[in-house]
Amino acid sequence: MYKQGNYPIIAKRAIGRGVFDVTIHCPEVAELARAGQFAQVAAEGFFLRRPISICDIDKERGTIRLVFEVRGKGTDKISELNVGQNIDIIAPLGNGFTCLEGAKAVCVGGGIGTPPMLGIAKCYGRDAEVISGFRTAGIAILQEDFAAAGCKTTLCTDDGTAGRKGFVTEALKERLQADKPDIIYACGPSVMLNGVAKLAKEYCVKCEVSLEQRMACGVGACLVCVCRTVKDGESYLSHVCKDGPVFDSEEVDFT
Amino acid sequence: MSERLIVNFCGVEFKNPVIPASGTYGYGREYECLYPLSKLGGISVKGTTLNPRQGNEGPRVAETPSGMLNSVGLQNGGAKKFLEYELPNLLTKDTRIIANIAGASVEECAELASLIDPSQVDMVELNISCPNVKQGGAAFGTDCNVAAAVTAAVRKELPHKPLMVKLSPNVTSITDIAKSVEAAGADALSLINTLLGMRIDIKTRRPILHNNVGGLSGPAVFPVAVRMVWQVANAVKIPICGMGGISTWEDAVEMMMAGASTVQVGAAIFADPYAPVKIVEGLEQYCIDNGISNISEIVGTVEPW
Repeated sequence: MYKQGNYPIIAKRAIGRGVFDVTIHCPEVAELARAGQFAQVAAEGFFLRRPISICDIDKERGTIRLVFEVRGKGTDKISELNVGQNIDIIAPLGNGFTCLEGAKAVCVGGGIGTPPMLGIAKCYGRDAEVISGFRTAGIAILQEDFAAAGCKTTLCTDDGTAGRKGFVTEALKERLQADKPDIIYACGPSVMLNGVAKLAKEYCVKCEVSLEQRMACGVGACLVCVCRTVKDGESYLSHVCKDGPVFDSEEVDFT
Repeated sequence: MSERLIVNFCGVEFKNPVIPASGTYGYGREYECLYPLSKLGGISVKGTTLNPRQGNEGPRVAETPSGMLNSVGLQNGGAKKFLEYELPNLLTKDTRIIANIAGASVEECAELASLIDPSQVDMVELNISCPNVKQGGAAFGTDCNVAAAVTAAVRKELPHKPLMVKLSPNVTSITDIAKSVEAAGADALSLINTLLGMRIDIKTRRPILHNNVGGLSGPAVFPVAVRMVWQVANAVKIPICGMGGISTWEDAVEMMMAGASTVQVGAAIFADPYAPVKIVEGLEQYCIDNGISNISEIVGTVEPW
């Protein structure tokens, strides 16, 4: 179940170099949305919508937050929308993360893969540790949001300008050695996801990863957004928009 | 909706002439939560092959100015799944169902036709124009003799259903192909399928599509489609289902004036899932505003200079 509509932007700010945080008042979407789902956002003057993950959902206020990076001309156009203007979205789409009751979680975000971690981290609050990695301090986003939700935060930067220097997988390994969680969630570059999936397997922890792919319809009709998955030993071309974007890491073929 | 939009296409009555195009609408399941499928004239369902197909590796889509390239490669669950799982559901939707079939050989197309013929689909669209498969596909649709042979073979195995043949625009003379297919027994033609195109990522020097090339659709191809429909309409006697870049009711009117009796809407649905429904409503209003008692009155009414 999803909706398509033009909804008002009620807050917008730049939270990092080329990274925007947009809050949309869309009660009917917020009501349906779950952490890990995404929106197909129209960019004026461009034919295809841009898939953007839902960062946070506030069902009481009837809002969702989209945090995205300007990657090209389409996302640049979307970033020009301001408070008071409407944004045309199709949402919520895809399958979200599974939230386990009374469990401990580690959420791993790499770069612009970090925003979808907020929604799921909030389901766990104090029982979640958020390990996020960025190239440099200037684009390290959402740390205060995770802290406000009660989560433990571990920030990594490639250049050591904030938090610890190094990759999220190193921090994840240390955590797994010290205190195994019940589940790991991850979103970020494919290399990072592969690393997280391997660690999850090694330490026998359930792991869900959120994938991205070039999309058209976003709802499962056009079949363009494929990713390789494996189930019962057989290889499939699954669709990120409808079968995902969240997959069990054991089902994803990263090769 | 009133009777203004009812059209008779190859002996099948459509409540309106607007049909989501094959490959852009699945089997309707993904759009039902927005509006009832009964608002549509019909649905041309995802291209079906004899056996299940995985399709091409990704990426399968690239954006272009006013359009997109795709290289899906006919990913589908095969004829058995269509007939046993998708069709029973579609038949409850109060809209016309067009089965779209494609095969790697003449024999495969004929076998598919024989499986579909006893089913309750309203008509069959034979795809001889998919640019994204190595065998069959566009190879059938770019040679008059081969196009005629596959049409004749399917016609023979499809005694109970109207047969529409979907033409490729990637040919020197689409009217020659159209005439061959008409002579081989087609009841209708649908055109155009996508135009073969390519995009390259200048940073990686790799094509964006893993298949290297793919089919161009969207508003970018609309003028080409109108021209081809007009040329074919002047060359054959059988009716035409026009498609290629239709996004608005005005586009649909233009396509019908060029000679199309019905229209298919494809890529526009990705930008606006309500596009087919808005086109139906727009056509209705157009008839009211212009005192047209039935939309069929405008078919082929363009007055060339």
